[in-house]
Amino acid sequence: MSDALLEVKELSVYHGQLRAIDDVSLSLREGEILAMIGANGAGKSTLLRTIAGLHKPSSGAVLFDGKDIAKLTPNRRVALGISLVPEGRRLFASMTLEENLQVGAYRANKGSFSIKRVYELFDWMPSRRKQSTWQLSGGEQQAVAIGRALVANPKVLLLDELSLGLAPIVIERIYALVPEIVAHGVSILLVEQDVAQGVAVADRVHCLLEGRTSLVGTPADLTSDQIDHAYFGADISHSNATGDVAE
Amino acid sequence: MSLLEPSSRSLNGPSIRRSTKPPIYTLVGVLILVALLTAAPWIFPAEWSAVLLNFFILVIMATMWNLLAGYAGMISIGQQAFIGLGAYATLFFALKGMNPFFTIPLSTVVCALIAVPVTFLLFRLRGGYFAVATWVVSDTAMLVILTVAYLGGGTGKAMPGLQGLSPSETAHDAYLATWFVALIVVVCTYLLLRSRLGLVLASIRDNEVAARSAGVNVQSARRLIFVIAAAGCGAAGAVLAISQPFVQASNVFNLQWAAEMLFVSMIGGLGTIEGPIIGSIIYFTLQQFLQQYGVWYLIIFGSLAVVVALWQPKGIWGAFRERFHSELLPVGYWVRESKTKE
Amino acid sequence: MIWLNIVIQGALVGGFYALFACGLSLMFGVLKVINLAHGDMAVVAGYVAVFLAPHLHIPGLWSFVIVVPIFALVGYVLQRTLIQKSIDRDPFTTLLVTFGLSVVIENLLLEIYSANGQTVNIGALITKSWHPASIIYVSYVSLGVLAVAVAVLGVLQLFLSKTGTGRLIRAVADDREAAQLSGANYRHIFGIAAAIAFATVALAGIAYGMMTQFAPTSGGINLLFAFEAVVIGGIGSLWGTLVGGIALGVAQQFGAHINPQYQVLAGNVLFLLVLAVRPQGLFGKKTALS
Repeated sequence: MSDALLEVKELSVYHGQLRAIDDVSLSLREGEILAMIGANGAGKSTLLRTIAGLHKPSSGAVLFDGKDIAKLTPNRRVALGISLVPEGRRLFASMTLEENLQVGAYRANKGSFSIKRVYELFDWMPSRRKQSTWQLSGGEQQAVAIGRALVANPKVLLLDELSLGLAPIVIERIYALVPEIVAHGVSILLVEQDVAQGVAVADRVHCLLEGRTSLVGTPADLTSDQIDHAYFGADISHSNATGDVAE
Repeated sequence: MSLLEPSSRSLNGPSIRRSTKPPIYTLVGVLILVALLTAAPWIFPAEWSAVLLNFFILVIMATMWNLLAGYAGMISIGQQAFIGLGAYATLFFALKGMNPFFTIPLSTVVCALIAVPVTFLLFRLRGGYFAVATWVVSDTAMLVILTVAYLGGGTGKAMPGLQGLSPSETAHDAYLATWFVALIVVVCTYLLLRSRLGLVLASIRDNEVAARSAGVNVQSARRLIFVIAAAGCGAAGAVLAISQPFVQASNVFNLQWAAEMLFVSMIGGLGTIEGPIIGSIIYFTLQQFLQQYGVWYLIIFGSLAVVVALWQPKGIWGAFRERFHSELLPVGYWVRESKTKE
Repeated sequence: MIWLNIVIQGALVGGFYALFACGLSLMFGVLKVINLAHGDMAVVAGYVAVFLAPHLHIPGLWSFVIVVPIFALVGYVLQRTLIQKSIDRDPFTTLLVTFGLSVVIENLLLEIYSANGQTVNIGALITKSWHPASIIYVSYVSLGVLAVAVAVLGVLQLFLSKTGTGRLIRAVADDREAAQLSGANYRHIFGIAAAIAFATVALAGIAYGMMTQFAPTSGGINLLFAFEAVVIGGIGSLWGTLVGGIALGVAQQFGAHINPQYQVLAGNVLFLLVLAVRPQGLFGKKTALS
């Protein structure tokens, strides 16, 4: 795909002695929302973290705008335009809401997202900006984490397990923002354990099973049966994986 | 990386073996060495005995430090507290009329007893804070002893009970006492590490959370090791006091002992029995050669320890062991896969 | 009156301890490193002040003008090289490396400068003091050091809370990985924190040189005091370090009052007491505890 913004080519990543990612390839086009789904331990978070620069792949490549970014440290990738909202939010615990955003904005790229803009996107924030992060609810913390990544004005936003630990209605509210973020010119690669949510918001779906690609397609093309099988491991619909036994 | 005899051919599942049986040549070599070292005062020149004596003291301390740091994961820069307490306990009992040599086991026990309540304070801290706290404990012990005039206060005191013997007899006896204490310490450490406790320690060192969930009482194991290490250093202090007939606080409580223990263990190889011994050999050789240059041997050795820590943390013996896959004094286990294949 | 004097003298020396300790506190809070060579770095600063400043015709009192920037640079370089390498391994290694450095530095100083005591020459100022009441003498130098300590802590606190770099430092201290993901080059931030720590250590070393004599082995005992001040005040709190330093100073003066031999011992006892009764210190968060 020549117009792919982000490309992952035959990537393999080890987690200690475990092969967490096994020969995975994917591409993200500009303006696209790609959802990676899969069970716990399937390798989704590891993939995102590798793209962000926190893990070194043992083979394969990550390309951004056609260029290999293997040598770039995580903070250099942020400058390039790749921002990860990590699993578990990982806000700076000793700081206030606003300070968290300020840290994200410190080395920001030029773009439409400023702290002010984030305050418009999440209108409850301005009144609570001096509060410490531990005073915020799970959903509010998730919003701050997203805001912190947004103020750096990324071209690619990586979202890791947004729904973790949140109530369904909160999850819905957060995911409602995703199209608006894309409208500002940000492409999104998100990881979700909640299949319904992932499929609902995505342009394309990529399923991982035990580190390998088990299914790729658009939500319109895929039946829920296919997705179930790809998720749990019996009967695979696409290339690589051979008949692995699930739990 | 499996090693020896394939006697597990007929088993169905994986088998567990000791890493290697101590090779026969080790056993023979050790026996010869033991005989030589015991006869040393009579077959070697007198200066050699003096050097060997100090070497043994260092081996005792380094083995204990290695037990603490390499196996129990606790870095201490305050073991000199127990060296000093051991020395002064010996002095105390000698002043009360006991034969200094007989005080050695007593001093060892005293140090072990003191170590127990100390662990309750120290174990509230971890890592670097634990390390510096051990130093505070050592400093405190020294300061307390300094206030006791009976034990000589700041100036020190001569060890009583030794004046009756001739200097060479004293030197011989001191040598033998130190040699036997060193032998006992190393052998006991070896046996300890081959025992169940050794396995427990290795599990804690490798993955504490896993060890805890497997039912290991981590805190107790650590406490036991700290007390043992204190006892060992107490024994070292006792023989130190006997061999240098003048006991002085600033000497026996000196931080330099900590530096020596640490450097020697690091360079020799942390987490092995042979490491501290090899490190001590190197240290002493270096010290002998550079003696006339003041403290340069310390500077060199310290720099070497830094280099080793950064680039070859397994130390000399660790590197040797990895490369040649052999051990003189094995304490680990190997799990070997069964020979039957599906 | 005697008790007031004890408290005043304790507070004065406590200010010095706090100045000494804030670098240690910063290194641990941000880099998670206990620099066992901390005390020795201060002594090196003293030696540099004593032997370098005269060459540049700088009077003793102003030697910090050149020494502090030099040390800030040394701190940055040392962090980006040796210390970073040992952090990449494990906390064990950082302890061993800094301890090794400490021994090497002390013995190098011993070889080069011998064991003679040195002082930073500030002329007649050393003898001047304020005499507010019968037995209370407040030496100008000690008062100055306390003032500097408070000022440094205040500036540091402001820097950390109000500036962008300060925020980055706090972010890295909170969550190194998340800070990276927000665009921070954590190694560089570590370097800045180390530079600041070394700068304060240089100040402390020069202050020490003004207040008393120092020798190659003076670093050790001061590391002990700095460490005690941090633990008593509470690990993770800068102002806690000031309070801890003052508490330590007062305890020591109190001990000295009973018997000069008990001075350091009294401080140690307070430390052990805090450890037994309230391990997180007076204002501390429970990060360094088991």
